[in-house]
Amino acid sequence: MDRYSDTSSQIADAAEGRSIDVAQVAVQSRGYWATVFNRIRYDKVTIVCFVALLLIVLSAVFADVLSPADSYKTNMVKRLKPIGYPGFPLGSDELGRDVLTRLLHGGRLSLIMGITPVIYALAIGGTLGLFAGFIGGRVNMFIMRIIDIFYAFPSVLLAIAISGTLGAGIGNAIVSLTIVFIPPITRITESVTTQVRGLDYVEAARASGAGSFTIIRAQILSNVLGPVFIYATSLISVSIILASGLSFLGLGTEPPEPEWGLMLNTLRQSIYVRPWVATLPGVMIFLTSLSFNLLSDGLRSAMDVKM
Amino acid sequence: MSQQRENQVNGNATQPILVVRNLKKYFPVTGGLLNRRIADVQAVDDISFSIQKGETLGIVGESGCGKSTTARLLIRLIEPDQGEVIYNGQLVGSPDGISVREMRRTTQIVFQDSYSSLNPRLPIEETIAFGPIVHGLPRAEARSRARDILAKVGLEPNLFIRRYPHMLSGGQRQRINIARALALEPSIVLLDEPVSAIDKSVEAQVLNLLSDLKTELQLTYIFISHDLNVVQYISDRVLVMYLGKIVELGPVEAIYKSPQHPYSKALLSAMPSMDPDNRIDSMPLSGDPPNPINPPSGCRFHTRCPHAEPVCGEKEPALEEGETRAGHFAACHMTNPDSGHSVYAWAGATDSAN
Repeated sequence: MDRYSDTSSQIADAAEGRSIDVAQVAVQSRGYWATVFNRIRYDKVTIVCFVALLLIVLSAVFADVLSPADSYKTNMVKRLKPIGYPGFPLGSDELGRDVLTRLLHGGRLSLIMGITPVIYALAIGGTLGLFAGFIGGRVNMFIMRIIDIFYAFPSVLLAIAISGTLGAGIGNAIVSLTIVFIPPITRITESVTTQVRGLDYVEAARASGAGSFTIIRAQILSNVLGPVFIYATSLISVSIILASGLSFLGLGTEPPEPEWGLMLNTLRQSIYVRPWVATLPGVMIFLTSLSFNLLSDGLRSAMDVKM
Repeated sequence: MSQQRENQVNGNATQPILVVRNLKKYFPVTGGLLNRRIADVQAVDDISFSIQKGETLGIVGESGCGKSTTARLLIRLIEPDQGEVIYNGQLVGSPDGISVREMRRTTQIVFQDSYSSLNPRLPIEETIAFGPIVHGLPRAEARSRARDILAKVGLEPNLFIRRYPHMLSGGQRQRINIARALALEPSIVLLDEPVSAIDKSVEAQVLNLLSDLKTELQLTYIFISHDLNVVQYISDRVLVMYLGKIVELGPVEAIYKSPQHPYSKALLSAMPSMDPDNRIDSMPLSGDPPNPINPPSGCRFHTRCPHAEPVCGEKEPALEEGETRAGHFAACHMTNPDSGHSVYAWAGATDSAN
């Protein structure tokens, strides 16, 4: 608020014919995020990805309004119809359900399973990493060595193992994916925090009499959040793919729930009959995860402001 | 005089603003399978000195001699292993003295690297107002104080208050760092090589600014530098350190004109002079300073000292005041007639100065 109050008062001054310092108005300096935003404005790929993601998210949110049919309604007569068949704009699946409808509704679960684990992992792993990095020493050692144990497993196998143990279901899939994503996020947060902690401005803040909590909140968090956030964005695409993989194996969502990974699995048997219809869920997974990936790349380069 | 040093803690008018006694910091070197402490880096080893209000004490010495560690010990960014710091007659960190937090309001530090000492994500205003806000000043008041202080360090508040550090030059950043330190209205400012990282033309401006601020705000400075010209310009007294020990301490003219310790002599002879007649023709030092993990026995300088005798390796010289020079201390056997060293030369004893 008070950011702009000066400018407006200067404009008021100008309106009243009082002299104002031109340089003073010119150096209403841009903040960090404003600089980042300005850079993204000129990055076409990132904008396209952002728009694509926005469309995917909106179509998932408004699936009920947009979809032409009922996502659960089967039609044994009109099974496996090709793309463009009357009444089925993107064909029908092996039970005669409208594929377009199911793709729209499937986006909901796929996105939820892509984003939720990353948010949870960000909260847990981010806190762990911040603590480990800021405190250092033995605490760091303890936390990071435990994280290393999880690192030893390939992420797909770990997700399958945890999901398999917990049993099928969306909740369990989200838990297993969260556990898979905690180690990398902890590690990134820890390394960035360790870097920032040693800088003079943190020492200066301490010399000002600030406590650890104030220092983390006011000085460290703003410098750590950026890189960690970028990394988390790129994890969303991995999460969507892993979630689809779990569903494909029958460990995530259960039929007849519409979900891209599960749809890919059930349409798999029809690939010789209706190859184009069978690939559609895969195309959606591909587009969504590619968009998240490129968006994260774009953010990374935009946020790499030399400060 | 050493007796007077003992008694300096009472509350009379000439009471020093800061008394440092037997300050010591050894950094552990860990190693082996179990990360056990296998050795110590003797960064600061038992140093004592005091500073009067309004004085500027210059601390000089080679890299790694413990200058910066001393500054960080004084403001408790590093916990000392031993020793006490007494601020205005009150022991820092003791229940009947003042707390570390309180001390950090009266003592502030300016770091060498003006780039890493400003948070890149915070506008200048927030950086300067941070300290006062931490100490409980209302936000609006802290911000207006930030503006006042910016004006004091020679930067137009309206122009700079919302800028970010990357929009500033090195000299401007260092001014901001000084402003940040002054925002808490301290009485002592530790300047840890404040002008080493900025170029010469700006260096002079910053030094003049520091002198002006000192008079205006009645500050006491501890000025750490390896630039002897700068120290000579700004200091009232100079403290020479070598491998974590004080080797010489005295008024700036006395030390620059007649250094007593061979190390000070060597250090000063390495100082570039513009005047060919004013060159000090003593031997330059050869070799690197010994490893502070296992410093030499006795006098730590004896391995490089041209006047070293057996006694130097056996007995550690105490920091003693010159017989004819009040306030000029040196830790060398040659300045003590009873030390067993064959030479007794309190150089300049015949000097009429003082």
